[in-house]
Amino acid sequence: MSQYDVIGTRAPRVDAPAKATGRAIFVDDMSMPGMLYGALLQSPYAHALIRGIDVSAALKLPGVKAVVTHKEAGLVKYGVSPARYDETIFCYDKVRQVGDNIAAVAAVDMATAVEAASLIKVDYEELPAVFTIEEALADGAPLVHDDYKRNISAEVHQEFGDVEAALKECDLIKTTSLKSKRQDCAFIEPQGCIATYDLSGNLTLYSSTQTTHYVQRSLAMALGAPVGKVRVVKPYVGGGFGSKASASHLEMAACLLAMQTGKPVKMIFDREQVFLHGRARHQFVHTMTTGVKKDGTIMALKHEAWLNGGAYSSFGIATVYYAGSLLGGPYKLPNMKYDGYRIATNLPACGAQRGHGGVIARSCWEQQLDMIAEELGMDPLELRLKNIMTAGDVTCNDLDMSSLGMKECIEVVRDASDWKNKKGKLPQGKGIGMACGFFVSGAGFPIYRSETFHCTVTIKVTEDGGTAIVSTASAEIGQGSDTTFAMIAAEGMGIPLGMVRIESGDTDFGVDLGAYSSRQTLMTGQATKQAAENVKMQVLDALSKELHVPVEDMDIKKGYIVFKKDKPDLSALKTRYIKEHREWTDNPSLDDELSFREASRIAFFTKGTIVGTGMYKPPELGGKFKGAAVGTSPAYGCSAQIAEVSVDEQTGRITIEKMTDAHDCGQAINRTSVEAQMHGSMAMGLGEALFEEVKFDDKGRLLNGDLAEYKMPTALDMPPMEALIVESHEPNGPYGAKEVGEGNIMPTIAAVLNAVHDAIGVRIHELPLNPERVYLAIKEYREKNAKQ
Amino acid sequence: MKKEIEFMLNEEKVIVEVEPHWTLLHLLRETLELTGAKEGCGVGECGACTVIVEGDAVNSCLYPVMEIEGKTVTTIEGLAKPDGTLHPLQQSFIENNGVQCGYCTSGMIMSAKALLDKNADPTENEIRTSISGNICRCTGYVQIVESIKHAAGSMKNTQAAQNGK
Repeated sequence: MSQYDVIGTRAPRVDAPAKATGRAIFVDDMSMPGMLYGALLQSPYAHALIRGIDVSAALKLPGVKAVVTHKEAGLVKYGVSPARYDETIFCYDKVRQVGDNIAAVAAVDMATAVEAASLIKVDYEELPAVFTIEEALADGAPLVHDDYKRNISAEVHQEFGDVEAALKECDLIKTTSLKSKRQDCAFIEPQGCIATYDLSGNLTLYSSTQTTHYVQRSLAMALGAPVGKVRVVKPYVGGGFGSKASASHLEMAACLLAMQTGKPVKMIFDREQVFLHGRARHQFVHTMTTGVKKDGTIMALKHEAWLNGGAYSSFGIATVYYAGSLLGGPYKLPNMKYDGYRIATNLPACGAQRGHGGVIARSCWEQQLDMIAEELGMDPLELRLKNIMTAGDVTCNDLDMSSLGMKECIEVVRDASDWKNKKGKLPQGKGIGMACGFFVSGAGFPIYRSETFHCTVTIKVTEDGGTAIVSTASAEIGQGSDTTFAMIAAEGMGIPLGMVRIESGDTDFGVDLGAYSSRQTLMTGQATKQAAENVKMQVLDALSKELHVPVEDMDIKKGYIVFKKDKPDLSALKTRYIKEHREWTDNPSLDDELSFREASRIAFFTKGTIVGTGMYKPPELGGKFKGAAVGTSPAYGCSAQIAEVSVDEQTGRITIEKMTDAHDCGQAINRTSVEAQMHGSMAMGLGEALFEEVKFDDKGRLLNGDLAEYKMPTALDMPPMEALIVESHEPNGPYGAKEVGEGNIMPTIAAVLNAVHDAIGVRIHELPLNPERVYLAIKEYREKNAKQ
Repeated sequence: MKKEIEFMLNEEKVIVEVEPHWTLLHLLRETLELTGAKEGCGVGECGACTVIVEGDAVNSCLYPVMEIEGKTVTTIEGLAKPDGTLHPLQQSFIENNGVQCGYCTSGMIMSAKALLDKNADPTENEIRTSISGNICRCTGYVQIVESIKHAAGSMKNTQAAQNGK
């Protein structure tokens, strides 16, 4: 029997009725009186000087209301990491990628706006461009940004312990690599926004974003407006996965056009623009050397990573740090050296995507650990268990595993998949593989240096006491955060979920850093819990004065006041309530228990509107070294996965037969939503493992910027997936909860790589595992074996 | 040059002026203010715009509006009964968490409805095939397929109860 009434249940999502009836409003569903439509003019070249821009023909087109370029926008630098602000709203001196933004047009309809944009004449002088890491690093290569020497936009050099000394003590040293391809977030809702600007200078942006707060700050900075005059509102958002976690040129341009015209301006990306401006997963190339003892004890990891970052830095500094720091666990690793390089190229910029920075590094290492286990003659699962961290362990790079059900996750998937009877025992062509992973439960620090709270939450009880309205600027983007916070609020106040209404995603509701780094459940959850308990205390305090019962002798459960000792005489209070509401049709009877609704109404008489507030910022976290801010978190979620595959050796086609997945999310707030995140993570991981690759031609132009040629899993591609929840108790989380959204993608690719090896004996060190690559790998493997 | 067309939309006759180059999706969203069908790609690849025309699930973003003359169209807005009772598919998507971000949901439900209208007792593979033109990036399809299975079950039970009367 759970100690909770709401937490840990399978309550239906609060937004499901609106979404299942088509009534949920996304930004493209909105329109406003007098609304104009905006279009961007984008560079057809990957690298070119801008010699001149002539907008006169566009301005003359009937229906055009404004044309803006860098002249109107100014040249304020912005971006994601303050240390690498390297973008302006519009390009002024040169373009650095296909799709770079030159100008924007507002017109009475979309067709006119698009036509006007095509009438803008830009005098380009094409420059030599670099698209690959090798090209960008070559001697004499053109620089994407003059500031980034050798086109290195960020580099990281870290060593914890003494790797070289440790490697000398090892019995086995293994070096392998893994190369991935650029993945796109490929949410189904393209980014869009509507900007409005009023005569008092208030700018309001309705936007498809994961992070209203950062967009608000970026707009204020780039447009020169006070933060208090900028409001960002997020309607329902059709998925984010990282790409919607920072301010975009679309949002900037719409605001600028609204300020110029005084009219609402709507702008929506088409699908190709989503690919051009997605800022999604980098291409990673990892090389790792791991040393172990004969008994499988992991001694040291030496790791080098190269990231193809594209034209701008975006989240890239964090990405290159995460790529190293997230290997500190979940295995006991006393010595770790990391050298990471993010390289600027003339491809569209990359940024953050689910499992930020860590996914391919994790995949490389988990495949290597399997190879080490094989050479040591150990079960790879046992190798992992031998080195596993448990709650209370701290990694060599100071990540504090305040809770960690990693061992339990491994045991759960081992048993659920019947690993012992399958590993190494399946027929040729069929295989089983496993891997582990973990992820932060919220970044320990904001993206900009600040003492800010990471979130503030307000709960207001309506005057009748019947509804508690939770207001938070956090972002429901599909992951179910509104439901999570409504459930936490209900539990915290001791009332049924049906009495809670949640309003979210509006910067007017307070500060919330938004939906990224798997932070909201833990952080906004803590603030929500605090606000809810604050409401409860205020109600009980008012009641205490009325009834002369000490607050500590009362509680609220399931919407009713609980008296822990003698129940006082409630007749006077109840009579007063009924008299007050004699016209109401749903008054409680004198015999009923005293409800939260009655008690809150009584509290309103003495205190006015009951408003509870909560706030959260992480406690002081470990790590004083450079870059320690990336990877430190109040908590870490972790998971283990087992993939079962069959490989057609004639065609190289891989079929995933089954995925078995266990994730430690701490206390599950909503069990169904936790499983939903696990399924969704696996789907994205399997897509990256098997199909997904954004491709470009030799001019840096997209070859597959559409959802037909960019292959991602359909319902027919997805295997049966078993999602098994492991619940540790996270001391830093609300009710012991922590993340599930990203940690669960970490093991997927490596589990497949290891299963493929189990099936056909072949190790593959490049993604995706499409039939061509697998076929060629099989061929090469056979030719090599034939020679021996 | 606008032209007038007439068709049945969610069991009501509609007479409306259209530009001949419009798509059905454009008519639904921009003129008729039915925004349940979404535009995810605009070129028939994602399925978010799926509606039912003459019993078949179609990508309304590809469907020329002039082709709709005289035909019967059902959108997500037409699924609930006038008294507000939800369609079993909608109810099931709510109860079985077939919904995450919601952008693919309307199209997903319409594809499933087109299937269940023709095949009351589909296999899992038939369900997956029926929604294979509807891309979802959030769910991995598990809870969507479960939602459709449960809806099929409850529709069958309702049908059996009615037949038993």
